[in-house]
Amino acid sequence: MDKSFLVNLVDELNKKHGNFIEILEDNLNAAVSIEAKDLIKFMEELKENYGFDLLLNLTAVDYPENFVAVYNPVSTVDNREILVKVKLPKENPEVASLTGVYKAANVQEREVYDLMGIKYTNHPNLTRILLAEDFEGHPLRKDYQMKKRV
Amino acid sequence: MEINKENERVQEELASQGVMLTSVDKIFNYARGRSIWPMTFGLACCAIEMMATAGGRFDLARFGYEAFRASPRQADLMIVAGTITKKMQPLIERLWDQMPEPKWVLAMGSCAISGGPFVDSYAVVEGADTFLPVDVYVPGCPPRPEALIYGMLQLRDKIENPSIVKVKRNG
Repeated sequence: MDKSFLVNLVDELNKKHGNFIEILEDNLNAAVSIEAKDLIKFMEELKENYGFDLLLNLTAVDYPENFVAVYNPVSTVDNREILVKVKLPKENPEVASLTGVYKAANVQEREVYDLMGIKYTNHPNLTRILLAEDFEGHPLRKDYQMKKRV
Repeated sequence: MEINKENERVQEELASQGVMLTSVDKIFNYARGRSIWPMTFGLACCAIEMMATAGGRFDLARFGYEAFRASPRQADLMIVAGTITKKMQPLIERLWDQMPEPKWVLAMGSCAISGGPFVDSYAVVEGADTFLPVDVYVPGCPPRPEALIYGMLQLRDKIENPSIVKVKRNG
C-alpha cells in the first residue's frame, strides 16, 4: 500500500476521534498500532468508510513483555491490505471481539483463544476449536510446559 | 504317526472323489481370512497410501479385501491409518465398540504404532495399542502399498491359524 494512502487514512481518523492510531515503520507501509479500547471503532471505520471488506487474518504473538493481537483487514475492491497491531497485557489478556464487524473473526478468535488464551469479550461462542474440550492450558504460549512422555 | 498317515490316505481318497473333510472352525477361518472387509479409517497421510493400495496399481481386490465399508457395523477390520489425536481417541473407541465380532485392528504407519514423528506433541496419542488390541503392525512413514498388502496377508495367516497367536483381550 502506498505510504500516502496510509498517512491520509491515519490523519483523517485521528482528526475524527482524537489521536489514537500510531503508524509503525515497516517494509509494506501498512502497519498501524492502536489500543485495545479503540479496536471496534477503528475496524468499523475501516470497513464502512475505507472499503476494507475482508478480514484476511486474525492472530496473536507472544512477546516476553506482552501479547500482541494482529488483524489483517483487506480491501478487495482497492487491492489494499492493512496490518493492525494491538498490545495486550501478559496477565489476563482481553480484547473486544470482532464478530460484530467481520463474520470471519468468529472461528479465528476461537483458534487464538484455544492456543494462546486471549479472551475475546462478547464472542458468541468462545470455546476450544482445535484441541479437545477438556484440554488444559494454552499450548502455543512460550511458557507452556510440555508433559513428559510416560 | 499312524493316525496321521491314515488321515492323509482317507483325505486323498475323498479328494479324488471331490469331497473335503474339515471342521467348521477351519472353514470359517478360511472364509474370514479371505474376505476381510476393512473400515475406511484414514486419519492422515497413511490414508492416501491405503487408497493407493486399494487402487489399480497395487490392487487389494486381488485378495478379496476391496470392500471398504464406511459403517463400522458392517466392517471387520479397522485399519488405523494416521495420527491419533487426543480429541479423536474417544471417537475411535466408540467406533471400535460398534464393530461386531470377530474384529481385528491393523496399525498402519508409525503414528498409529507409537505416535510417529509427532509423538512429542501436546495433542497426539502414543500409538493405537494404548487403547485398542492391535493385531498387526505395519511400520513405515507411510508404509508402501506392498507393505500394507504384506501386513494384510499376515493378518490372514493369523486369522487362519488362531492357535499360533493368542491375544489377550482386556485381561
